[in-house]
Amino acid sequence: MALPIAVSVEKRTEDIPRWMPAATSVGAVVLAFVVSGMVLWLIGVNPFQVYNFFVRATFGSWAAFSDTMVKATPLILVGLACTIAFKMKLWNIGAEGQFYMGAFFASLVVLVPLLPTGSPPAIVIPAMMIMGMAGGAVWGFFPGVLKAKFGVNEIITTLMLNYVAVLWNNFWIFDRWSDAGFQMTPTFARNAWLPRLSDYARDYPIFAGITLHLGVVFGLLAAVLVWWVLQRSRWGYEIRLIGDNPQAARYAGINIARNIILVMMFSGALAGLAGMAEISGVVHRLQERISPGYGFTGIIVAWLAKLNPFGVILVSILFGALIVAGREVQPSGIAQMIQGFVLFAVISSDVLLRYKIRLIRSTDRSATAGESA
Amino acid sequence: MNLEIILHAGLATGTILLFAAIGEILAERSGVLNLGVEGMMLLGAMTGFSVSLATGNPWFGVAMAMLAAGILSLAHAVVTISFQADQVVSGLSLTFLGTGLALVLGNGLTGQNAALIPNYDIAGLAAIPFIGPVFFKDHSPLVYLGYIFAPLVWYYIEKTRPGLHLRAVGEKPVAADTMGVNVYAVRYLYVFAGGCLAGLAGATISLSVSPGWYSAQTTSGQGWIAIGLVIFAQWNPLQAALGGYLFGALRRAILDLQGPATLLGFTNPLYINSNFGFFLQMTPYLLTILALVIGSRQALRKRLGAPAALGEPYIRGERGL
Repeated sequence: MALPIAVSVEKRTEDIPRWMPAATSVGAVVLAFVVSGMVLWLIGVNPFQVYNFFVRATFGSWAAFSDTMVKATPLILVGLACTIAFKMKLWNIGAEGQFYMGAFFASLVVLVPLLPTGSPPAIVIPAMMIMGMAGGAVWGFFPGVLKAKFGVNEIITTLMLNYVAVLWNNFWIFDRWSDAGFQMTPTFARNAWLPRLSDYARDYPIFAGITLHLGVVFGLLAAVLVWWVLQRSRWGYEIRLIGDNPQAARYAGINIARNIILVMMFSGALAGLAGMAEISGVVHRLQERISPGYGFTGIIVAWLAKLNPFGVILVSILFGALIVAGREVQPSGIAQMIQGFVLFAVISSDVLLRYKIRLIRSTDRSATAGESA
Repeated sequence: MNLEIILHAGLATGTILLFAAIGEILAERSGVLNLGVEGMMLLGAMTGFSVSLATGNPWFGVAMAMLAAGILSLAHAVVTISFQADQVVSGLSLTFLGTGLALVLGNGLTGQNAALIPNYDIAGLAAIPFIGPVFFKDHSPLVYLGYIFAPLVWYYIEKTRPGLHLRAVGEKPVAADTMGVNVYAVRYLYVFAGGCLAGLAGATISLSVSPGWYSAQTTSGQGWIAIGLVIFAQWNPLQAALGGYLFGALRRAILDLQGPATLLGFTNPLYINSNFGFFLQMTPYLLTILALVIGSRQALRKRLGAPAALGEPYIRGERGL
């Protein structure tokens, strides 16, 4: 009324420019860092110092960047796991548990042992990969069946199974596989280690101290695979149709229950592979806290990437950097808080893609008042 | 293994789930799913504890905990109600944001001693055999509040006019709008109320039931259990209260199982090897899943269950469902 300026919100009727989704996302991320900086400043931490430290700790040198990529590796796989499930509007937030079960199953190969000790890596590594994927798939299968057969909400079941998986792992590392009473298994023999760049430092001195391991290749290949499945295969078409319009999918004769179970298993297998890559490529044994919440960060990664498999790679690198930096900066929740702000800013910014928001002078508004009333 | 002690503890810890689950019921009955309960609870627990530490007044701490979690829930309200973003994703981000904020702002609170809410007996009632010591002796006032709160909310939702508006908005927002109910305002109100109650649940932990600040361990997933409880309770506050108490009692029973050397005449495996306790610790989570399976089957059979408009943004002027 008396305000000189009013906000007008109109639904967009025309197509948005191609650059706009990316631009709003980048703008939202920047805004999230500004708001996080303000919170840090309020509690007496200098945000410029923190962010400066972040950049140096993550992209400051080849070794730092390699650390970032090592953290990005599980995020890529878990982010892809969430991407394929979310495409079908299947809310698998159990990637954390599937990650742990993947690590557990992969450990069976070494610790039972399923293969004779001293087998060549060319046999041990693929066996661990298969077992890791199987472990994750099993952990995705249960909530999938419950959802498909009984209509049980998968959000809660996948989440509850996260806790169960961590406790299950704890039993084995505290009890059966405990290394001399420590809460970890003995270190795996070298034939169960994924090759790292630093292994070749003798021939190529430039690789000294670079811990990047083969798992990153799994992540990149998986991105191509998920992209192909979703965009080029018949199965992917079904997944997308169920996600966009389950009613239409049902009329088209698509078996939704079967797809729920299959997608949950595929999603779980990717998360399980991430768990396998982490223990075989980084920690080289099963222990507590092998994941600082990769399964949950993967949800954010998938969403920020707008469910684009190649976007997942880029966003994972950003979040890998946040994890690397967050480890070394106090207080401890900073990285998580920034992640929360980033996600909120990005989902809020989506409104700009759907609506035109303009500030207009109230004289203009009175002219159009008749229309809107 | 003493039934009296188990039930007493169940009522105390169950009160946490009661507040959080009833808050979520209010939000969901208005049509907004809020998966941010864990984050709001943690922020509430941190706020309540630190305010009590600073002011020496735990009740002021409780009030601020409710306000802080309520304000946090408004972020979800704006994004899902006004911006019509996906409620699942927004709720998950709310958990991240709440957890992160609580950890950052609660830095340094671990190990501090804040003024806590004392426990009281209810004169007269406490003397009743068995019932007295279980229900009316040595409980936090928040537990007593829970006894009245659940029936009151049930009455409010089912029998009053504002409760009718709440249900209408959650079941058929178009019809509610036609009746002259402001759908957006109602949804904002109950998302906020749900946030406040999650904050109350958090403060119940940090200032009363298991006092102190232990970072993310303070809530340790109880926000998620509360969300599962809502489905198990079929969106009914009374059933949510019962479910909460039952869960609380089970958690205590699990702890107590590890004590005795023999159980029912057999050697207690937990007494010999406490690592078997990891399996027992799984039971609350497995029970939540079991409860969901039962709840979902009932819902299918009786055609009851979730509010019809749950998860659907309301866009005024577009044809409803």
